[in-house]
Amino acid sequence: MMKLGILINEGPYTHQASDTAYLFTKAAIEKGHKIHRVFFYNDGVYNASRLTEPPQDDRHIVNRWQKLAKDHHIDLVVCVAAALRRGIKDENLQEGFRISGLGQLVETGIQSDRLVTFGD
Amino acid sequence: MEEDAGGKVKKFLYINRKAPYGTIYALESLEVVLISAAFDQDVSLAFLDDGVYQIVKGQHTKPIDVKNFSPTYRALEGYDIEKLYVEKESMEARGLKEEDFIVPVKVIDTADMAELMESQDVIMSF
Amino acid sequence: MLHTVNKSPTERNALESCLKHLKKGSAVLLIEDGVYGALRGTASTKMVEQALKIHPIYALSPDIEARGMQDRVIEGIKLVDYNGFVDLAVEYPGVQAWL
Repeated sequence: MMKLGILINEGPYTHQASDTAYLFTKAAIEKGHKIHRVFFYNDGVYNASRLTEPPQDDRHIVNRWQKLAKDHHIDLVVCVAAALRRGIKDENLQEGFRISGLGQLVETGIQSDRLVTFGD
Repeated sequence: MEEDAGGKVKKFLYINRKAPYGTIYALESLEVVLISAAFDQDVSLAFLDDGVYQIVKGQHTKPIDVKNFSPTYRALEGYDIEKLYVEKESMEARGLKEEDFIVPVKVIDTADMAELMESQDVIMSF
Repeated sequence: MLHTVNKSPTERNALESCLKHLKKGSAVLLIEDGVYGALRGTASTKMVEQALKIHPIYALSPDIEARGMQDRVIEGIKLVDYNGFVDLAVEYPGVQAWL
């Protein structure tokens, strides 16, 4: 069993990054690995917007992360500086995510056996 | 500011392959580098491909109304971040020379860059 | 090191740059639009086949299939699913994303 850190640098829907990261993370959990943290940076902070409403026949990327985190106690952290710059605040943050400092990303690099990055 | 890293020291390499201003990646990568200084880790920065454009001298961003963050690279020394590597082939392919950079860098070839990447514990790419 | 590439080689130089920086014992995993680098008969096929002689190259099969490219993959490139991606990330001592 390994401790994995996940970094997501792009928002939902425009780029495939968040989808790939989700499917990777889910597979890792099912294989018995531990997810130390999923860190959302750059436009990745948009993955945490509670206001996201995709069409009914499409996957709900935000709620899918939320559910995965709830089911498996995963720490979903949104970078505060990147979030403020893009209008993501506690008032529109989806449940299950938390806003914190960039230090949490560096800490993820230190504490995880692997850091796997998804971006553009 | 010192952060508790549980005594672990890892080799972090920040890989910069994108030019500044057209996208935010160069700036937000630099912001992580600055934070990492507080964790007492072994930090290096690599500039290759279009990433070499991040550190050229003479950036004047006033006309595009964006903050010029290139002087910040010069401040890294004050945070004990002094290992900045530029890939020779990337530099030359863009008509640049070592004296065109705003900070002292070590120019290394592709083989040495590959060696540097392989020797790291954590690769940060944006 | 496991190197991941998610860009089409005909759009950006990520694959080319990645292949130039491979050390002995490293592998490449093509994901997302990076899977276009796994195809036969393209401008980058020769470069990829050269690398294949020395390094294992993998491609994420869900991304290949999504793009309708399942019958065009270069012989010798191994297809993996997300479970295989996880196994590779664990097997190699580090993961480097060529974004």
